[in-house]
Amino acid sequence: MSDPIIQIKDMNKWFGDFQVLKDINLEVEKNKKIVVCGPSGSGKSTLIRCINRLEEHQKGTIVVDGTELSEDTKNIETIRAEVGMVFQQFNLFPHLSILDNCTLAPIWVKKTPKKQAEELAMKQLEQVQIVDQAHKFPGQLSGGQQQRCAIARALCMEPKIMLFDEPTSALDPEMIKEVLDAMVNLAKAGMTMIVVTHEMGFAKEVADEVIFMDEGMIIEKAMTKEFFANPKSDRTKLFLSQIL
Amino acid sequence: MKNINFLKPNKQNFYVYFYTGIALFALSVLDVFLSSFFEINTTSFLPSSISFILPIIIGTIGLHLIRIEYSGIKSLDIINKNINTNTFNAFLTLSIIFLIIKATPPAMSWFVFDATISGDSKEACTSEGACWTYIKIWFNRFVYGMYPNEYQWRINISFILLIGLAFVGYFSTEGLKKYLTLYYVIIYPIIAFILIYYLISGGSLGLDWVETGAWGGLSLTFIVSFFCLIFCFPIGMILALGRRSSLPTIRYFSVGFIEFWRGVPLITVLFMSSVMFPMFLPDGFFLDKLVRVIIAISLFEAAYVAEVIRGGLQALPRGQYDAAKSLGMGYWKMHIFVILPQALKLVIPGIANTFLALVKDTPLIFVVGLLEIVGMLNLAKTNPKWLGFAMEGYVFAAIIFWIICYAMSKYSYNLEAKYKTER
Repeated sequence: MSDPIIQIKDMNKWFGDFQVLKDINLEVEKNKKIVVCGPSGSGKSTLIRCINRLEEHQKGTIVVDGTELSEDTKNIETIRAEVGMVFQQFNLFPHLSILDNCTLAPIWVKKTPKKQAEELAMKQLEQVQIVDQAHKFPGQLSGGQQQRCAIARALCMEPKIMLFDEPTSALDPEMIKEVLDAMVNLAKAGMTMIVVTHEMGFAKEVADEVIFMDEGMIIEKAMTKEFFANPKSDRTKLFLSQIL
Repeated sequence: MKNINFLKPNKQNFYVYFYTGIALFALSVLDVFLSSFFEINTTSFLPSSISFILPIIIGTIGLHLIRIEYSGIKSLDIINKNINTNTFNAFLTLSIIFLIIKATPPAMSWFVFDATISGDSKEACTSEGACWTYIKIWFNRFVYGMYPNEYQWRINISFILLIGLAFVGYFSTEGLKKYLTLYYVIIYPIIAFILIYYLISGGSLGLDWVETGAWGGLSLTFIVSFFCLIFCFPIGMILALGRRSSLPTIRYFSVGFIEFWRGVPLITVLFMSSVMFPMFLPDGFFLDKLVRVIIAISLFEAAYVAEVIRGGLQALPRGQYDAAKSLGMGYWKMHIFVILPQALKLVIPGIANTFLALVKDTPLIFVVGLLEIVGMLNLAKTNPKWLGFAMEGYVFAAIIFWIICYAMSKYSYNLEAKYKTER
């Protein structure tokens, strides 16, 4: 067993007086795929946003790839560069073409030469099958295409970990599949992934472990088969009965 | 039944209505035209009040007759849809047309037919119309201020060079395109400063020194506006970012700075810059009046620009910040490549607004004794030899300012269109 690439210990987070995350303990090993599910407002998104410090936690420790995230972390940008993130609302940069969206960070953050960055970007866009849209602007693409571009953009930084924050929730049903396909391919290629999603089919297909969260706590964490076949807590059973 | 048919046009009587309507409308316009241009009252046999409103009545009836839905005649449909939808709109349309016709002859005679442009003294202007002789004689002063006549070629050459250099962007090759921003933001202003310092100001290179107090007129308007626009924009941008900074010192400094400059009138700022500011300077340290004025206006306008840009920053969704951060960009990279390009694009109309206001505020520099074009007008109109021509002067200044401002607003529309990437 290799060392876990993400280690979260007794992590707590408050928004003002409201406690969003309570005593979170989680270890993710390299190349593992974790699916986080749970009702809305249960803190799933906040949890993965804490992993690249888009949100700051107040108590406990988060260690990503050997570096502890805290206020003193000077090189937070280096860690973020290693952790790709895909958002529910895509968040492509509307003023840049698809190709420029993909090359911006590699060129300016990783100092990749422009030509090399463009080659890599085209390769990634080919992986998600939108290479023919490379010179269009995000506003000209469908939601599914935009989300696939967002995945390609994150991959262009060649991250060690990919975080997905409800990547299919803002999409029309017929577009969900194309995004999920891209994610499945990525999983098969061996990426370490943490995915917040309600797509249980995706969880069954690729996840190694499933985490069920409610009210800021991890209620259940189990291997995928175990989770679906034999959930332990009543809350999980209720949730699964509603969603499946 | 027949009655209704008579009032409503249909396929059978379409052309009857159409031609009658057009004829009545044309008749009413002709009547107003004759009475205002040739003072012929075609309806003088009627009581004066009826004769006055008759064209409106006839015209409204005419427009009523041609108000035919889907006539099949394209231009008629456009007219009906836009200016002739109902009786009230027809009435408004007619009133506006008549007003324009009525106003044209007096305006034309003042501007052109009764105007004087010959001669070289006040005595030439004996007619009722405008005295363009006044503008002609003073034109040189309105453009160059008190700048000595024999040195005016220095201003001409500087401005021609600067205008020429402004168009470099159109001729640059693909490879040099990425340096254009650098050129326009840093190199071009430096060239402008060097030209103005060595050529217009003089004092070295064998050129006689001309003190800034003698500069004036339109050329001074351009110099002050140009440098103020160039300086206030980056300062405003930094203030806008500062106001949103998470560091309290920077934030409070920005808030304080913005609120201070927004809270005082420009005329006070200019007065302070010229009267009080030198008192705080150490002995022997001298800062030219024009430089002080440019700094004062720049700081003043920067506060406004800052708030406009802050509006743009706030309009951006948080997701843009999240996405930039998640890609490993730090504060400056995130702002330079992701946030500011989008925010600035959003605030082009607001920035254009502020810049237009700035250009039109420049006449206020008269309080420190600098006379740009309006200042020169005020000087000229109090000249004993040329009393009584304030009107011509202000009309002239209005036209000049309108041209400058219209060009600027056109340019801002072009920028908006150029950077439009969303549908």
